[in-house]
Amino acid sequence: MKKFTKFLALALAVSMSMMALAGCGGSTSESAPEAEETAAVTKVGFIYIGSQNDGGYSQAQHNGTTAVQEYFGDKVETIIAENVSEEKQTVKTTAINMIDQGASIVIGTSFGFMDALEELATEYPDVTFLHFSGYKMNDTNFGNYFGAMEEPRYLTGMIAGMMTKTDKLGYVAAFPYTEVHIGIDAFTLGAQSVNPDVEVKVVYTNSWGDPAGEKAAAESLLAQDCDIITQHADSAGPQLAAEAAGKLAIGYNLDNSLVAPGSFLTAPVWHHEKYLIPTIEKIMAGTYVPESYYGTMKDGYVGLAPMTDLVPQDVQDKVNEVAAKMEAGEYPVFVGPIYDTEGNVLVAEGETLDREGIWTVMQSLVKGVSAVN
Amino acid sequence: MIPLKIVKRDDLPRNKAILIRTLSVALSIVFAGLVIALLGYNPIIVFTSMVKGALGTTIRIQQTTLKAIPLLITSLGILVAFKMKFWNIGGEGQIMMGAFAATAVALNLDLPKPLMLLSMVVAAMVMGGLWAFIPAFFKAKMGTNETIFTLMLNYLAIKFVTYLQYGPWKDPSSQGFPKIAAFSDAAILPSLGGVHIGWIIALVLVVLVYIFLNHTKKGYEISVVGESIETARYAGMNISSIIIISMMLSGGLCGLTGMIQASAVEKTLSASLSANYGFTAIITTWLAGLNAIATLFVCVAFAILVQGGNYIQISMQVPASVADMIQSIILFFVLGSEFFLQYKVTFHKYLKVKKEAK
Repeated sequence: MKKFTKFLALALAVSMSMMALAGCGGSTSESAPEAEETAAVTKVGFIYIGSQNDGGYSQAQHNGTTAVQEYFGDKVETIIAENVSEEKQTVKTTAINMIDQGASIVIGTSFGFMDALEELATEYPDVTFLHFSGYKMNDTNFGNYFGAMEEPRYLTGMIAGMMTKTDKLGYVAAFPYTEVHIGIDAFTLGAQSVNPDVEVKVVYTNSWGDPAGEKAAAESLLAQDCDIITQHADSAGPQLAAEAAGKLAIGYNLDNSLVAPGSFLTAPVWHHEKYLIPTIEKIMAGTYVPESYYGTMKDGYVGLAPMTDLVPQDVQDKVNEVAAKMEAGEYPVFVGPIYDTEGNVLVAEGETLDREGIWTVMQSLVKGVSAVN
Repeated sequence: MIPLKIVKRDDLPRNKAILIRTLSVALSIVFAGLVIALLGYNPIIVFTSMVKGALGTTIRIQQTTLKAIPLLITSLGILVAFKMKFWNIGGEGQIMMGAFAATAVALNLDLPKPLMLLSMVVAAMVMGGLWAFIPAFFKAKMGTNETIFTLMLNYLAIKFVTYLQYGPWKDPSSQGFPKIAAFSDAAILPSLGGVHIGWIIALVLVVLVYIFLNHTKKGYEISVVGESIETARYAGMNISSIIIISMMLSGGLCGLTGMIQASAVEKTLSASLSANYGFTAIITTWLAGLNAIATLFVCVAFAILVQGGNYIQISMQVPASVADMIQSIILFFVLGSEFFLQYKVTFHKYLKVKKEAK
């Protein structure tokens, strides 16, 4: 009997709570801002893996979202969901809740959202899905986009190569995987183009966003005599670690000149709106055909944050010179001969890698890189 | 000195227990409402939207159900261990290892669908059970602390799956992206009523676990060991065997959650598959007062809270942290009421004055 009572009490408590919640609702449901009006407003849902002000990856995504909202004004309503983890169930629920709210475009901004978006594209043929950093798409309502981050990374490598005094550069990397390796290779080649003796040491944190781990990784690199730290990870941790040690840092995703003013030189950054605005325009006009977009510096999709005063003028001039060539589409990053860490030829002399080549060949690390797993 | 006196309650009258619980829920809503209002949102609209977002339409009910399934099955697993006062904090790892075994079957065997799914279930439950056997064995034979032991095994399991995902099991056709290949259709659980049949499995398990714990000899032995090991020993029960069997059952159920999530939801294995269900289930099991039937209600209520929270984030564009905060406040109050159900708090001075007045 005692047990039954306890059960009853609990069941009651639960149902009471439901009733209390529902009760609050009844009288005022009309004032709830449920969007029933489907007039001329296109709803665009953005799904972020982090929070919109995470000081890195998701904040860069949100800058794109803000630009989209400003550009379209009343014609578009952007809705966002932040801190969405990569389990398929979480992603699908979030997207379905957005569609439920009237979203006709859903944009997933983390690689791990890919398979969920693929399933959703089949389940909701009237909704268009765009995916950042993935490789899956279909012919009707599912496309992807990414950028040639190797270009600005190469430029940051040049800066580091010219400014280092120890000839040792530190690289805090998230995971040993292709996108990250392309960045490490581009950075290294950029540094070697101005300083053949330079060495790049890599530490993996095995996480995309781990402020403490990234800071610790940077500290271990500083202890190994690296005097400039760069990163393919989300937080400002490495820049703060460099600042504390009186060394320099190159960030990623965002202009962090105010976060770590003592160390911040520049950062390779995204301009997501350069892709999003024209693409959303096409979707609204009904002329969108799914594509796999790869924005370059020429497109203005990727670039360099303004170099701070810590970068000497002659270095800035040299970097701007190469940047101008990249913006004209005349300066490919991966030009042979390129060797791997064992000295084997990766790219033969006279050969230049295109997008597909970059994403297959550059899974390997180039000569001059030493990585600690 | 704070004039407080805290006394353990012997027995609580039914109406008083109901009063405390109701009050805690009411207070949590008032308090959460205050915080919401302070943040500049209308609390009534926020709460309404949460309920509507969880139960308003068929699609939303389906989403709520999807969230309740893994939570419920994991809670039942945790329940079997908790009944014995074996604090299994290792649900997370047992889910992972179950999912790992199911994936090993799904990716390497070529079987017809029913046989494939059955093999996956068996593999997952055995693997989850074996993962739980390790701490159970050491507890039974050497008296190690199971809380720390099971907690640490979580990280081992998650790192192991991360290793597979980024290493030997990485899908070679994914251009170097760290993901494991998706299952073939034969390895995917069918749906009924718009939700995968995990919901039927979960409901059946509620009944089975209830019967097992309350109406079988083994179930009785588990609660005796939970109440007092000395009593169990005096009664001539084989304590080691009871600990090991119930813990393997606990891990087996968690492993089944892993199989269901891998098969029906993720359609592959990933390092984030366990999604904290192993930890959340500890709360739901505790709130359910270690009762299988009550677990069903608590898990559904919790799923409503999660789906409602996700929904208001999107419909009202409240930051994710606000939705999390509402959930936490409600949990804090409801869990906090447990304290007042167990203990009586009185003020010294007030008591004295009252006595003197008499």
